[in-house]
Amino acid sequence: MRAPAEQAGPAGPGGWSVPAPWRVTGARAETRDVVTVELAPPEAFSFRPGQFNMLYATGVGEVPISISGDPASPGPVRHTIRDVGPVTRALCALRPGGQAGVRGPFGTSWPVASAEGGDLVIVAGGIGLPPLRPALCQALARRGAYRRVMLLYGARTPADLLFTEELAGWRRRSGLAAEITVDAGTPDWHGDVGVVPDLIGRAQLDPGLTTAFIVGPEIMMRFAVRALLAAGVSTSRIFLSLERNMECAVAMCGHCQLGPFLLCRDGPVLCYREVAPWLRVREL
Amino acid sequence: MEPAGQAGGRLVIQRDGLDQLLAALRQRGFRLIGPSLADGAIGYSDITSAADLPAGWTDDQEGGSYRLRRRDDDALFGYNVGPQSPKRYLFPPSSLLWRGQQDGGELTGGAGEEPRQRLAFIGVRACELHAIAIQDRVFLGGDHPDPDYRARREDAFVVAVNCGQAGGTCFCVSMGTGPRAAAGYDLALTELLGAGGHRFLVETGTGRGAEVMAEVDHLPATAADTAAADEIVAATAASMGRSMDTGGIKELLYENLDHPRWDDVASRCLSCGNCTMACPTCFCFRVEDVSGLAGPAVERRRSWDSCFTLDHSYLHGGGVRVSGRSRYRQWMTHKLATWIDQFGTSGCVGCGRCITWCPVGIDITEEAAAIRATSGLAAGDGDGAGQAAGAGEDSGGLV
Amino acid sequence: MDSFERLLRGHGFFHGLDPAYLSLLAGCARNVRFGSGTFLFRESEPAGEFFVLREGKVALEIAAPERGPLVVQTVPEGGVIGFSWLFEPHRWEFDARAVEPVRAIALDGVCLRGKCEQDPRLGYDLMQRFARIAVQRLQATRLQLLDVYGHAGTG
Repeated sequence: MRAPAEQAGPAGPGGWSVPAPWRVTGARAETRDVVTVELAPPEAFSFRPGQFNMLYATGVGEVPISISGDPASPGPVRHTIRDVGPVTRALCALRPGGQAGVRGPFGTSWPVASAEGGDLVIVAGGIGLPPLRPALCQALARRGAYRRVMLLYGARTPADLLFTEELAGWRRRSGLAAEITVDAGTPDWHGDVGVVPDLIGRAQLDPGLTTAFIVGPEIMMRFAVRALLAAGVSTSRIFLSLERNMECAVAMCGHCQLGPFLLCRDGPVLCYREVAPWLRVREL
Repeated sequence: MEPAGQAGGRLVIQRDGLDQLLAALRQRGFRLIGPSLADGAIGYSDITSAADLPAGWTDDQEGGSYRLRRRDDDALFGYNVGPQSPKRYLFPPSSLLWRGQQDGGELTGGAGEEPRQRLAFIGVRACELHAIAIQDRVFLGGDHPDPDYRARREDAFVVAVNCGQAGGTCFCVSMGTGPRAAAGYDLALTELLGAGGHRFLVETGTGRGAEVMAEVDHLPATAADTAAADEIVAATAASMGRSMDTGGIKELLYENLDHPRWDDVASRCLSCGNCTMACPTCFCFRVEDVSGLAGPAVERRRSWDSCFTLDHSYLHGGGVRVSGRSRYRQWMTHKLATWIDQFGTSGCVGCGRCITWCPVGIDITEEAAAIRATSGLAAGDGDGAGQAAGAGEDSGGLV
Repeated sequence: MDSFERLLRGHGFFHGLDPAYLSLLAGCARNVRFGSGTFLFRESEPAGEFFVLREGKVALEIAAPERGPLVVQTVPEGGVIGFSWLFEPHRWEFDARAVEPVRAIALDGVCLRGKCEQDPRLGYDLMQRFARIAVQRLQATRLQLLDVYGHAGTG
């Protein structure tokens, strides 16, 4: 093996593990602890809705972040990040002109087209909305192919709701039906107070025509699935995005296992029918 | 010297022929890794000649016990597997992934690793050949083959040895991985002692192996030599220390994820992770980004991890597998069941290391047998009314 | 009265109720309207009726002196509000405020309680319907309590 010469980027035998340097072109605070960062890839990059990148904050560490941008739009790629630890804090502190290391895209994607001809119901809880946004973009771009495109979205408080202006715009102009609720209201909140699974009950779903994508904390997803099943939706038409400890993202380090699934390769998007028996086992 | 022939040839060399073989390999620039005795165990380390091999030693292995014992002959490979495996060299406990410099948040270049010598593994057992093949699938079989593993693996020369005795915790026969080396070697030796003198039957597995043998004094193997070797291997196969019924084992474990046996083993398991370190197929690694306090250097390294650590399943402020019970279950069901769905083969090669090196002697074959005997039992259930983790619809009902 | 029967029969809450009982209930019903911001009932007032919402959304809230009114749940159009008429001491535990103009059917709880005493079958049926809603509200409340979005997020 020849010794690699000094190169422009990091060098080593790591291959798959070397991040590419992407330039930060935009950073926008969405809420108190959530930032959307736009990163420009150094070469052509495409992704499918639901996929994620591994983002490296130089000198700090690397974490999986769902891509929240529109798959059809060229140029900088959006990532929406919640500050929950040292790496995400560093990523949330990125400013235009800065740099982040990126590996990806990884993982399985939302079967958006499979819902055409029927109702696409997108169920999001909290920071679960960003990984669903690309699917929304894709569906609304072909709005005529669906009967209904519906978003059922909930967050802890009104201040935690993401993309509110964009959602309002989609409601007005793009044929998106949206019901939004919060766990706890505030005096100036005049919308619904309650939980996302109850929105499902009220949506009057046609089980034969419904495809549902769900992302949220696992407890919320469990209740949401229950509500969908109570409405008669088939387990094979429900898709979840699941999360486990992820380190290599290339199906090699063994951390992201959920039973037989390696979530970086067989997920994060999984059909509920396939994964249901494994979700029922405690501490799997 | 007669030409050694093609792959698939059978030769016989004398004891000093082994030294010629090792010298020929060294001359080709290989770094020899072979069995050596240190700290009361036979592990793998650098060797230069047959004199470095643990001649005249054997091992007695049982659950939680490993002792060396003198043989009454001078066999060079008269022992079974020790706590280490070739995994230690192909997938080292700690290694560099990449190195760079950071400057004001920008990542720039750095020097990679130095070139390495090619490895020649001497004395690899059949179970270990299978373990290497299993790790090949993990590190090379996906969409992102690992260049570091490939570099170490591609040029490696393998001199296998067919076991002349079965260990107390061995069950390669149950797993279909031995005791005869069937594939994945350049040369396979069977040590013959007794009438005819101390010699080795050599089977050439590759053209490269045959080509090296051209520099070693050898004779074609006679029918008697071959028969003697076959007899030894058959005797080994007939004296395995353990066995495991692998029939439908994946489904068996999938259907018993809440079996009370997991609580039973959890009351014994220390979560020390010895089994994962000794196991020749365990591949979990953690990725660490390291930055120097004093300078701009940054490194990403990988090092062995174990599913027994609390951190392994860490997610947003807590672990998923917190109880010892869940972590033992993860290890065993991965090894015997989910590995099959993930990579297409079992993760177990029946080498017995996890049994020998467990401080409390937990025996994977015993645990599997116990679950099989009472399959369907649920925790706290006396009459076998079990619960299945099989596919089923949620009722969608209240409460 | 006939039109109340029609209204009640068409409402999901009464789905499958014996037509004879529907008549009975219709006898205890009246139409009510609430302007946006007005209260259907207030905490600690006597609870003598329950409401079937035909139009408009209602917020269940509680007033805390230093924090102002806190909404614990909103009940949408088509929902049912009011359990306290069923149990002693028959007093409302929350305020119910019309978030937007509300049209509802109010059913006289005192009258209904009497009819349930006379006919346990009616009592059992109504109790089942209310129990179902109560459990749903309990599940939702538990989920809210768990504060699932608090620390464990996804993405």
